[in-house]
Amino acid sequence: MDEDGSKGTAGGAGKWYDLFSRGARDWLRHDEKVREAVRARLPEIISGADLGGEGARTVRVPVRMLEHYHFKLRRAEENQGAGQGKAKPGDVLADPSRDQGPGEKGSGGRDDGGVQLLLEFKIDDIVDWLWEEMQLPNLKARQGPSDESDWVREGWDRRGARSRLDRRRSFKELVKRRGAPGATPTFTDDDLRFRQLARRRQPAVHAVVFFLLDVSGSMSDRDRKLAKTFFFWVVQGLRREYRSLETVFVAHTTDAWEFNEPEFFQVSGSGGTVASAGFLKVREIMDERFNAARSNMYLFYASDGDNAVSDAQEARTALAAIVADTCYTGYVEVASGVSRQLDTETGKIYAELNASGCAAGSYALNDFDDVWGAVRHFFTAHNQETSGT
Amino acid sequence: MSEDWRSYTRRIEELAARSGLSFHPVDFEAVPDSFMMEIAVYGLPVRMPHWSFGVRYIYQLIQRHMGHSRLFEVVFPGNPGHAYLAESNGLAENILVTAHVLGHADFSRNNLLFRRCQEQVSERIVEHAANHARQISQAIEAHGAERVEAALDAALALEQHIDVDQALRRPRYPEYAQAPRALIDDDFRKRFAALEPTGAPHGAEVRRRAPVPPHPERDLLWFVAHYAPEMESWERDIFLAVREESFYFYPVFATQIMNEGWASYWHARLLREADFVPQQAYVDAIKCHSDVVRPIAAEAQVSLSINPYHLGFAMWEKVIEGQGLAAARRIMEQDDDFGFVRNHLTRELADELGLFRYNARSDGQVKVLEQDLSQLHEAILAPKYNFGAPVVCAHKVRNDGTLELAHDSTVDGRGLDLERSRKVLDYLHRVWRRPVVLTTVNQAGSALEITAP
Repeated sequence: MDEDGSKGTAGGAGKWYDLFSRGARDWLRHDEKVREAVRARLPEIISGADLGGEGARTVRVPVRMLEHYHFKLRRAEENQGAGQGKAKPGDVLADPSRDQGPGEKGSGGRDDGGVQLLLEFKIDDIVDWLWEEMQLPNLKARQGPSDESDWVREGWDRRGARSRLDRRRSFKELVKRRGAPGATPTFTDDDLRFRQLARRRQPAVHAVVFFLLDVSGSMSDRDRKLAKTFFFWVVQGLRREYRSLETVFVAHTTDAWEFNEPEFFQVSGSGGTVASAGFLKVREIMDERFNAARSNMYLFYASDGDNAVSDAQEARTALAAIVADTCYTGYVEVASGVSRQLDTETGKIYAELNASGCAAGSYALNDFDDVWGAVRHFFTAHNQETSGT
Repeated sequence: MSEDWRSYTRRIEELAARSGLSFHPVDFEAVPDSFMMEIAVYGLPVRMPHWSFGVRYIYQLIQRHMGHSRLFEVVFPGNPGHAYLAESNGLAENILVTAHVLGHADFSRNNLLFRRCQEQVSERIVEHAANHARQISQAIEAHGAERVEAALDAALALEQHIDVDQALRRPRYPEYAQAPRALIDDDFRKRFAALEPTGAPHGAEVRRRAPVPPHPERDLLWFVAHYAPEMESWERDIFLAVREESFYFYPVFATQIMNEGWASYWHARLLREADFVPQQAYVDAIKCHSDVVRPIAAEAQVSLSINPYHLGFAMWEKVIEGQGLAAARRIMEQDDDFGFVRNHLTRELADELGLFRYNARSDGQVKVLEQDLSQLHEAILAPKYNFGAPVVCAHKVRNDGTLELAHDSTVDGRGLDLERSRKVLDYLHRVWRRPVVLTTVNQAGSALEITAP
């Protein structure tokens, strides 16, 4: 009866509640809070996150819904309630000890309906948050021209591509030629100015990171996964810092091979561990392809540390040859479960290097929870002096 | 959508008035389902923003997605009342819902608890809540979202901790303690009092400041708003806004069984008597009625909860059948769920409905207990005590401003959940700005103190 708009609701077709949803607004705020919470606990989360394949730009993190807390009684051992239906005194309506059947599994799951959200985070964001406090170790500006060059805007010309027409500049020329124009300015070809580009050499902001992974028989799947997770975050962080980052992946057992990134993380080998083989391979690639004067070079080596004793001296020499040209050399000892505190053959070599003042450090990575600890160890500025426990 | 249900509204209203219902006029408005859902989440058509409503919204979305809950109507008491009907309702559903809404309108106009709370809050809660929302968005503009959110975190965490037996606008405590007046109740004291006042023993003219609070205070929202040592005035306003809304929500909460039962009884009865409703619409509406007012989900044998619509509906039918409509109206006016269930849920009715008590162990075992009517009453009412919250009172403000709260574990039977309580204290500490201490008991029953910070 009264649909003639006399009720004072906003005129027009839409009502005010069509315009925005308060529920969605508060939902967004909730998610924002979750993100803040996630950000505060990032280190735990990155180690647990599903990194997806290579090239994935997001990680998915399962999170629980936030609870707005109220005073509540603690959970009682026994609760009384009222129900309705066909039931006699003494009937047992649910008995976890008897029916282990499907449908009701785990009585712990029914606290709050157990709703989990799967929030997607951009890896770039995470890396930004993570690396805010981080610095690259021993980064030096390398002298000399680098290969890197860039086009920059420089000067104007009377000829050029239409897209580079500089309107303001052209208009100035018009004014110069004939004073303030009337309502319809008439340009001649002489007035037009085009922006020009020039090639500029840039100082070196170029980095090469060598990842050397021990894939000998003693490295378990879990060890390799640990190393992969660590390498992943290192790459992400370095990429953020360097406009161009080259990565080189080398795996070794008693021999050494170079791989591309996806293959690298699938590699498994068998047999003994000869670290010097890996170091020599890295050195060889360095010499072949890179110029130490122009690039910042890094080496990260992951191994369980069980190098063949006979290889000790060779490994020491080979590594020393690398360290001379790298900005920093890091060693991660992955040994899941056992904490040997770097008391291994390879561990000792790095300890010596560090003691002699080289830019080298090592870290014992035992568990996924500690991945972030490892990254922090290598990339926090104040850690430089104390590295090489 | 079809507007033809509106043509029935007037006739249903007339029929309801003839049947003895007395209600303020109700504004009916058909709104989209998404808006219905928001009303259900917020409890009011326009309400302050807070992320916790976002959480409820997500749960509600999931529920709706799984086809669990469907909302036909939400009604707000007042003069005029506001009723929102889902646009997706069919004609039959809307006829049913109109009658249902009038039952609610009758209830909220005549029930004492509703009347008292409406006298306090005014009959325009919808407008008040919208005002609060606006006031809070202004606060956000002036003081920043983060600070407002901190105040709302604390205020909404305490939303159940009010004292409806006190006035909504209650005065501050008296500044000075009243000297206990000597009782003059026997002959000797009368004669003694008639003597010349000597002055000396009446040196009690030295007035003593009353402690704050003078007695354990249940109304935490009020207490914090008025006695927090360093609260901003806009923060007080937020606390008082939340408190006012809680005063509105309390009668809805405390009379749910009666209120829903009453409305269901009347929609069924009005529909039976409405000869102007087409046959098909009538049949559809009755189907809809039996879906709403059914004890347990169709496929289930037993349910571990009781549908308040069903229970209230069955009880009112029994009461009206046994004692007549006049007596039923008197009960409707005077009781809340506590009185209603205790006085009118009889043994026979409980048996007829198949109500039972059960014991659920934390390992998941659920066992039906022997029948005992008064214990059954208490099992139904237990979640309703104290607005559904543990009894927590403010006991003292120490000289350094520390707030002492105490949980009454003898009433509640066990201690508080420590993890949650700690978080609530954290919220509270951010507006109280001095330490906050809470005593409760641990598993073994011995006293335990938690503090923030």
